[in-house]
Amino acid sequence: MLLALAATTLVALALLSDLIIPRLEEAWSRHRARRSRAPAMPYDPGRERRAEQRARMLLRSCVNDEEWAMYRDLGFIRVWGSQADGPDQAGGTGGAPYAYLIYPHRAIVAYLAQTHRLLNEYCVAFPDETRPYGSARLPDSDDVLAKWMALTGDERRLISTANMHLPGRQLDPTRVRRDLWRLTQWERARMRAAGGTHSASTGIS
Amino acid sequence: MKPGHGEVLIAEGDVERAEDEQRLIEEFRRQLDAGQWAAVPTTGSAGRRNAQMVRSFEDIPRDAERVIFFPRAAGGS
Repeated sequence: MLLALAATTLVALALLSDLIIPRLEEAWSRHRARRSRAPAMPYDPGRERRAEQRARMLLRSCVNDEEWAMYRDLGFIRVWGSQADGPDQAGGTGGAPYAYLIYPHRAIVAYLAQTHRLLNEYCVAFPDETRPYGSARLPDSDDVLAKWMALTGDERRLISTANMHLPGRQLDPTRVRRDLWRLTQWERARMRAAGGTHSASTGIS
Repeated sequence: MKPGHGEVLIAEGDVERAEDEQRLIEEFRRQLDAGQWAAVPTTGSAGRRNAQMVRSFEDIPRDAERVIFFPRAAGGS
């Protein structure tokens, strides 16, 4: 009886092998694929936040107090232009003072300081060339610091490297003008606060 | 500066010590060969801050506290 049952089971398995074996192979392949897709390093959700914190400390240690406060309060930094006739390709400023607004991971915007007329957008990136297939971008504050260093250290070189566009290609001109207005208000508030502090410290009422 | 990581200390030493200076020179060249730009933060008159881009080790002021390397700029979109 037992022998007959075993023989029947073997025959049944042999008959069903055409169905069972492909499914087993498929399940094994899926299992291996799942294992191979597992990342070599576990995802660390705090890594980028810590990188940004380090970047902010580095930025703060490089720029002056006003520029740091500007970035902290407004989200961008103004850098004064140093070329006698404005940035390259801007058609000349006639000697009028001009400046740049540096945003994290956005184009650098050149504008005339007195009239707030927007001159150009300069699109620049800092790709990591030390890896064969690219990598994550710089933390926001590192991107701002890289632009700040390149602009204050060699304005002409950075501007000639960047892709120049008319205002409005990447940044909404309305938003930029609003940022310039915010900057003006912010500077007035700082001057008032500084004046108040000075008056208080010198006993003037 | 390193994408995805932020600030990373590459090397440190005293340029007045010959073996430190040689190590710093080699690391400086290695970074520039890897396509990095180098800058030294400086403080000018009246406390004005800016940066000095350096292309060789000799360009670095002897009293510089640090040199910051960052990826070379390229035209963006």
